[in-house]
Amino acid sequence: MTGVLSFTDVAVRFASTETSTGAPPVPPAVDSVSFTINRGEIFGIVGESGSGKSTLANSVMGLLPRSAQVTGSIRVNDREVIGLDDDQLRSMRGDEVSMIFQDASASLDPTWSVGDQIAETIRAHRTISRRGARAKAISLMTEVGIADAASRYSDAPHRLSGGMRQRIMIAAALANNPQLLIADEPTTALDVTIQAQVLALIGELRKNHGTTVLLITHDLGVVAQVCDRVGVMYGGKLLEVAAAEDLFANPQHAYTRALLAASPSGAPRGSRLPVIPAAWNIEDLQRLRQEGTE
Amino acid sequence: MSSRLQFVIRRILLTVPVLFAMSVIVFLIIRLVPGDPVRTMLGFRATAANVIELRHRLGLDQNLLQQYVNWISALLRGDLGSDIVSHAPLSELLAQRLPVTFELTALSMLLAIAIGIPLGIRAATGGRWVKRLTEGFVVFGISIPDFWLGIMLVLIFTGSLALLPPSGYVSFAVDPLQNLRYMTLPVLTLAIGEAAYILRTTRSAVTSVLDRPHMIFLRAKGISQRRMISGHALRNAAPAIVTVIGIQVGVLLGGAIIVETLFALPGVGRLIVTAINQRNYPTVQMGILAIAATFIVVSLITDLLVGWLDPRVADGSAT
Amino acid sequence: MTTIAPPTGGPIVRRPRSKPHTSTRFVITGVAILGVLAVAAIAAPLIAPHGPETVEVSRVLGAPNLQHPFGSDVLGRDVLSRVLYGLRTSLLVSLTAVTVATVIAVPFGLAAGYFGGRVDTAISRTLDMILVLPAMLLAITFIAILGPGSAVAALAIAVIYLPILARVMRSSTLVITRNEYVLGARARGAGHLRVLVHHVAPNALGPVIVQASVLSAFALQLEAGLSFLGLGTQPPTPSLGGMLADGRDVLIQAPWVEIFPGIAIVIAVLSFTLIGEGLRRSFDPRGVAE
Repeated sequence: MTGVLSFTDVAVRFASTETSTGAPPVPPAVDSVSFTINRGEIFGIVGESGSGKSTLANSVMGLLPRSAQVTGSIRVNDREVIGLDDDQLRSMRGDEVSMIFQDASASLDPTWSVGDQIAETIRAHRTISRRGARAKAISLMTEVGIADAASRYSDAPHRLSGGMRQRIMIAAALANNPQLLIADEPTTALDVTIQAQVLALIGELRKNHGTTVLLITHDLGVVAQVCDRVGVMYGGKLLEVAAAEDLFANPQHAYTRALLAASPSGAPRGSRLPVIPAAWNIEDLQRLRQEGTE
Repeated sequence: MSSRLQFVIRRILLTVPVLFAMSVIVFLIIRLVPGDPVRTMLGFRATAANVIELRHRLGLDQNLLQQYVNWISALLRGDLGSDIVSHAPLSELLAQRLPVTFELTALSMLLAIAIGIPLGIRAATGGRWVKRLTEGFVVFGISIPDFWLGIMLVLIFTGSLALLPPSGYVSFAVDPLQNLRYMTLPVLTLAIGEAAYILRTTRSAVTSVLDRPHMIFLRAKGISQRRMISGHALRNAAPAIVTVIGIQVGVLLGGAIIVETLFALPGVGRLIVTAINQRNYPTVQMGILAIAATFIVVSLITDLLVGWLDPRVADGSAT
Repeated sequence: MTTIAPPTGGPIVRRPRSKPHTSTRFVITGVAILGVLAVAAIAAPLIAPHGPETVEVSRVLGAPNLQHPFGSDVLGRDVLSRVLYGLRTSLLVSLTAVTVATVIAVPFGLAAGYFGGRVDTAISRTLDMILVLPAMLLAITFIAILGPGSAVAALAIAVIYLPILARVMRSSTLVITRNEYVLGARARGAGHLRVLVHHVAPNALGPVIVQASVLSAFALQLEAGLSFLGLGTQPPTPSLGGMLADGRDVLIQAPWVEIFPGIAIVIAVLSFTLIGEGLRRSFDPRGVAE
């Protein structure tokens, strides 16, 4: 089975800056993760902060700091990403694979007009006239649901609402019709109604363009809304992968069950939400993994 | 657009109280002199009649408010008074002297920018040895008083190498090449220290921009490193750099006073220093007024420029 | 398949993190240099080989030798002795100026930042008036009014730095006042004065100290500049700036008259810069000082 994106035994370690002898080895941020995302699929990764889910996302784009050591194999359209040089990575980013982030107001350049930030992505990867890029950017803005796109083209980001800025970021990411979109907590900074709109937009884009999406989130509600399949991460490990409805109906792993129980949508109304014990560690996980598979 | 226009108008109106404050300070210079300023000006040989005559001519025999009104209205009519030593009209004197000071300040600032901004970018993005070298340049540029640097430049370029004239001046209109030869050492003197400040500002502004999340999104869009720096980092750092340049023009105008004296350039700074030693108060006043007004106008221009460079400032939503 | 990744992270997203010990080293070096200079300046009458105003006609523009390591000046005076005495004047004038400015600025900045509102407006706007003129021009304005002299120069420098220091104190007070423990102290019923003196001031002083040491470096240069113009310390009192002015005409014949006083200024300025930059990293993490 060839997917758009496949991980094989991927691990990410951050070299400790103080390389004093005798210091305990830093546990890997991502540890032996393997899974494949199929074409046209929206694949969610859930986990709490520190679970390694964002590190995993950044490793695809080559956006990790230099101190990070990535091992294993990450393949995008059957091409190995680990080991690509800066230039090869640059030409892949924003073209074949795009990424959007949590905070659009921080992720857009405040001194550039929103339209130019979309057109810039096109011009970075295609030979196209300034005017052509502008026209393309305006049609992208319309596509992501910005009314009167031509006149908003020259607006600075701060003149747009948070939801609109998120749409601009999506438009900039989709400018070159990427095969894979990585969305790192794309709705966390937004309020609930706008969250739903942005998720609907991502679903729609998948439908119209066949874009494959890797969605990183801590929010099981988001997963339930748009994802086809879900992977659950904890402590750098991928605990289980399941179709979204199966995960909610029949969670295999004890941690997943705890996670579901702790989310407001999974608990009976009026009851106290349970708390996931903080003392989870690798041994616990190994024990849990065995329990889960029994 | 209207919020932009409002910003421009508001900023221009803001210079009115500043100009007023400056005019009061300059007006008070002669009035605050301890004892009798007119006697101080004329020296102990002056006759009583001379004293009364000059006091009347300067309007010092009226009450303070009346004096200010007369003084400011004459000023607004373009009547700056005259030098009490040479009796030349001060408007003519300043018209001769200001271009020299402007040329010195402008050339120094341009050279400092040409050195400081590219080095500042390198300092923010370069490797360890680039950072060390630029840090050394900054520390020494800031620590060496500019006039001593000027003296050392004279020692090197006119003493040992005999390349450039140690002092003097030829107007640009008379002989441009000769003018630039005379300007070289004064400009270098002011520009080297100034470049250190601009380097430091550029370095810290660019460094802080590189830390912001939007640079990560640019990388995720596949924008090349060079474009990220020239198109985005510098563009975001520009308001901070321009603000500092505006402030530093004031420092250069102050430094010009010393450098003009050091190199015998006939600028306003040297005019003021000579006039102070002669107790020639009207000339001191107008010289200070001219430089202060220049500084206020430069501040206005840089603020408007910052508003244009950073759309958030003009829209009044900047943090 | 397992491949070891080459470093793929961006070279430009790294912040140059200075290790803590670098800043400590800055401060220690600065304090050590300043200490030596200060001792030399204070002990000038004891260690100077000659009188600063002793004229030796046979030694006019004499080159450096064993008796006169820095040579002799236009009037045959010993340059080393004059540098030591000049340092005394320069340090005295600039340190007095900065100290006076700091002592006045701290309560004003504290009040403006803590009380805010009208108190802030009244204090800040009044002090802003001073910043209408560039520093050097303001100093010259003062001297134009009061006449040249080292006391006037010190006063002028103090007035120039007063608004800058007050502004730093104000910003730093604003930051501290927002902290929970200040609100807590108020809630427990402590009076304004008690809160200011015990809780706010001690925690808000860091950036002001940083700013004061940075400004001391500028004050030294300003004092030297004014004396060079003949508007600061008046002859025959030796001052570093005045020595540079005296030697200007004989620069080519007797460069030592110009080189040594200049180096003395540079070293003194450098020591304050090192202290200021070193302290900045530990005492002003938020970058309140300018």
